Amino acid sequence: MIDLSQLELAPFLLSFKLAAVTTLILMLLSLPLAWYLSQSRSRVKPFIEALTALPIVLPPSVLGFYILWALSANSPVGSFFEEYFGVKLVFNFTGLVIASCFYSLPFMVQPLQNGFEGVNRNMLEASYISGKGKLETILRVALPNMKPALITAIIVTFAHTVGEFGVVLMVGGSIPGETKVASVAIYEMVEIMDYGTAHIYSAIMVILSFAVLLGVYIFNGKFNKRF
Amino acid sequence: MIGIKINKTLHGAVGKMELDVDLHIGEGEFIALAGQSGSGKTTLLRIIAGLEEASGSIRVGDEAWLEGNTALAPQKRKIGFVFQDYALFDNMSVEENLLYVSKDRELAAKLLSMTGLEELARRYPRMLSGGQKQRVSLCRALMNRPKILLMDEPLSALDPAMRTKLQHEILMLHKEFGTTTIMVSHDPSEIYRLASRVVTLSHGRIIHDASPKESLLRTRGSQKFTFEGELLDILRVDVIHIAIVAIGQQIVEIVIGSEQAQSLSIGQKVSVSTKAFAPIIVPCEN
Repeated sequence: MIDLSQLELAPFLLSFKLAAVTTLILMLLSLPLAWYLSQSRSRVKPFIEALTALPIVLPPSVLGFYILWALSANSPVGSFFEEYFGVKLVFNFTGLVIASCFYSLPFMVQPLQNGFEGVNRNMLEASYISGKGKLETILRVALPNMKPALITAIIVTFAHTVGEFGVVLMVGGSIPGETKVASVAIYEMVEIMDYGTAHIYSAIMVILSFAVLLGVYIFNGKFNKRF
Repeated sequence: MIGIKINKTLHGAVGKMELDVDLHIGEGEFIALAGQSGSGKTTLLRIIAGLEEASGSIRVGDEAWLEGNTALAPQKRKIGFVFQDYALFDNMSVEENLLYVSKDRELAAKLLSMTGLEELARRYPRMLSGGQKQRVSLCRALMNRPKILLMDEPLSALDPAMRTKLQHEILMLHKEFGTTTIMVSHDPSEIYRLASRVVTLSHGRIIHDASPKESLLRTRGSQKFTFEGELLDILRVDVIHIAIVAIGQQIVEIVIGSEQAQSLSIGQKVSVSTKAFAPIIVPCEN
């Protein structure tokens, strides 16, 4: 029998910390990007859209490889940061955050873009005519009228980051307390044939993920009924 | 005085079209913008509002809203715009919709009481009927004391009774505030009731600019009255032919000769007129 009190929770805490930081950063980056994509009729738009969607189709190992290659101490970016800020960008938590931001970008941008596109254009124009600028229109008119999209973007990004494996393994390795997130921990348990712990870790992941998604669907169902 | 002289190439359903409008509007005028769909009416409104680009010039008083390539942002033009689909802010109550435009609580209260909306001030748009929503939209458009009020078929989604009611309210608000107004409308009775001038667009150009009476009364020659309608069907009953014509909301039957029946085709626009008798007018029930 496995003693539950002996169970190490550090990988889960690390997973959630990583997901929270990533979601926050992505939200700040994606709001302007998603707004631009929703309003633009530029010819560059499909290129940017395709680029943001890449992480969905690329194998995580490809993404991980490029990030490693771009950020390692031998690369211009990696050596710049190490020389001027004394920060290493791979095999630590910072590296995980950077990699996760790339990996989860489409999961934040796409729902937000859909949300912005779904807001009645006349409503936005009515706000401009009322003398309000873009920022005020986004914050006071667009976002409050697309709450389901906003919540979906946040939750799905968070959940997707918790669930990532390939990229974090490549960019972060498995340093306990630093880069050993839940998914990597489960992989290790299986490797050393500790199936009991692997079962418990996996069950926790399933239950948490299901609860989060259930919450999103219940909320969105309620919001949509209001209109 | 408002001077509009603009040009824009439109790519519509019927192919390329040149919108070329030269229009002078006096302070406080109420202009109805008429014309078939696709003639450029909505685009003209949007250009005046600054929501669409065009070349040319728009001068309002001593302000230049558009001059060559420099356009004043819609935010700085002081306009009111009433959309066909109301475009209310769904996340705000009626009162908040008005106060979003300007913090002038006194004006908001006045507008709401003039349109009978005080009771609904704290309601959200989703709890309002179409007529109520359009009233809110009208009040909101007047909140920044606009120099021009633009209305894009504001009443077309409403039933006839509600339409008449709102026409009276629009007229009342126009008298109270004296706002120069341009309204897109297809409804002759609405145009007659509200407008002081009718500008008719066709294929991007003004083809008619006159008083509502001149524009709308279609009688010619010695005819006493004329209705325009659509020929729906021609029925043969024994030796006579009966034309079924839709005039406005009504369907009428008219006896026609067999030669005439051959020359008319179903679906055609026809005018029904008479000059031989004096019509009797009696008030309708209800």
